[in-house]
Amino acid sequence: MTGRGIVLLALCGALLLAAPMVADRYVLSVLTTVLWFAYVGQAWNVMMGFSGLLSLGHALYVGLGAYASAALFVHFGIGPWAGMWVAMLAATAAGCFIGFLGFRFGVRGVHFALLTIAFAEVARIGFDHLQWFGGSGGFFIPVAGDAGNDLLNLRGSPELFYYVILALVLAALALSRVLLHSRLGYQWLAVREEPEAAEAVGVDLFRARIAAVAVSSALTALGGVFQAFYFNNLFPEQVFSMGRSIEIILPAIVGGIGTLIGPILGAFILTPLGEVLTFLIEATGFDLPGLKQLFYGVALVVIVVYRPDGVWPWLAARLGLVRRRGEDA
Amino acid sequence: MPFDYYLNIAASGLLTGLVYGLAALGLSVIFGVVRVVNFAHGEMMVAGMYGAVLLASLLGLDPILAAPIVAAVLFAFGWLLQRGLVNRFVERPEHMQFILLLGIATIILNAMLMLFGPDSRNVMVPYSFDTVEIGPLLLDAVRLRAGAGAIVVTVALFAFFRFSRTGKAIRACADNPLGARVVGLNIDGLYALTFGIGAGVVGIAGALMTLLVDSRPQLAPEYTLLSFIIVIVGGLGSLPGALLGGMLIGFSEAMAGFLLDPSLKSLFSYGVLIVVLLLRPQGLLGKRS
Repeated sequence: MTGRGIVLLALCGALLLAAPMVADRYVLSVLTTVLWFAYVGQAWNVMMGFSGLLSLGHALYVGLGAYASAALFVHFGIGPWAGMWVAMLAATAAGCFIGFLGFRFGVRGVHFALLTIAFAEVARIGFDHLQWFGGSGGFFIPVAGDAGNDLLNLRGSPELFYYVILALVLAALALSRVLLHSRLGYQWLAVREEPEAAEAVGVDLFRARIAAVAVSSALTALGGVFQAFYFNNLFPEQVFSMGRSIEIILPAIVGGIGTLIGPILGAFILTPLGEVLTFLIEATGFDLPGLKQLFYGVALVVIVVYRPDGVWPWLAARLGLVRRRGEDA
Repeated sequence: MPFDYYLNIAASGLLTGLVYGLAALGLSVIFGVVRVVNFAHGEMMVAGMYGAVLLASLLGLDPILAAPIVAAVLFAFGWLLQRGLVNRFVERPEHMQFILLLGIATIILNAMLMLFGPDSRNVMVPYSFDTVEIGPLLLDAVRLRAGAGAIVVTVALFAFFRFSRTGKAIRACADNPLGARVVGLNIDGLYALTFGIGAGVVGIAGALMTLLVDSRPQLAPEYTLLSFIIVIVGGLGSLPGALLGGMLIGFSEAMAGFLLDPSLKSLFSYGVLIVVLLLRPQGLLGKRS
């Protein structure tokens, strides 16, 4: 990254840190949503972007993380900082199981993507019938009221949640960067580009792929923990839905698959775009169900036709933020 | 007699499965030749359903008679889609094809939601409540006709691919695109034709489906996933496999709905999918690639 890029990035970071001082409740809630999608997009990117494994069922890991931490809190009074380890463990176990089945039996490409969908759908239907988790009627975490900020139990003001998710995004960004420049990261890129060649030079394909799934699902589960405590309600129909899985992957796709900044940039494009659209639709009184989603579909087609590598690689090159193509990491 | 119950449920599940199989056949044809997974398949099917609903309410047309019209419209749509957009993605990575078709699926689904609203629409035919008695079986007339329609279209499709020159050319494309190009076949044209055929076939499946269920836009993603399951269970690119997979899924859905809980029926389909992916990833009738 060039000096200009670093300055700009630092500036954006500072703006995000200072945002709660100027932003009102609405803007803060939008920013929190943006950062949440940036975070889970970053987590998904580890699988698709770094290792070339297309997962269309990431809602599964969000949901497992959310339900595990919420159930521990409600049923046993175990707070999220302890519960998140169980959440990560549950999601990683599920991810490794799917990965094991897929990679062990040579399930590749489209088939692997379908396997991930299948497991997310199984979880959706399953959780609909698990009464310990509230079933289809939903699972609720009691709202704390105005007892002040309690970081320990993740109960409190919107500012608290904002800083928690901001910290998660920065941590995920740092971790992704470290991983990408580690031995494992180079193995991932090799596996993504040329599996046969990677295997020929001694990369253990199975281990590299399982590692990617494990990291990705564990990170995604943390996003689920945050979601559970931020919204205080969980419904299988929403949490595990395929629509949710698709929402998770869009920021990374729009921003740029396999780049570090891509998922964050994508989230900052998509969520505000949705808000503006909602506002415009309401202001013009042209309120038809499906109009907003229709526009999303058009945006998706336009982006994949004209910017198949995502917005970030193109933008970075235009603004002179990176030295040359592909070196933005 | 309980055994008769099971027999009846199995038979009606298999008949519904034939229509599922026809829908999956469209997906299989497109994937087998163009090598693109049509993620908008369920959306096209529901478009076919609404086509039949519209023709029934405007002209009083029986869905079986509406099917050819619906097929023609969807053929044109599929042809244009392949020519205009999908063709430039044939050589691109899988995930990009997927995103493109996901975008198209989103557009179709929400266009239908805007045009027809979220409420379900049904088609009334004079024989809606008739039943036909065959030995111990008591079958709904609608289900019987839908199943028969699916078989007729499937046989026609088989005949087309086996005996017609165009069908053979398409199969050549599927086997070896480069070789097909070398002997002078117009690959892009044949791809467009194939996508059109796949879309037309799923349109017919949609029209037939209106005899069995009410049309709602929300059915679309469900049918997309169902078609995927069937195609993978039967074997990607295998036409008899798609039909067999459809019948298997229709049967397991009906049984699960009867024995357990209707809301658990798709759990069984996913169970079948997972088992097949693990034990026989190429599908029941697929060839190992």
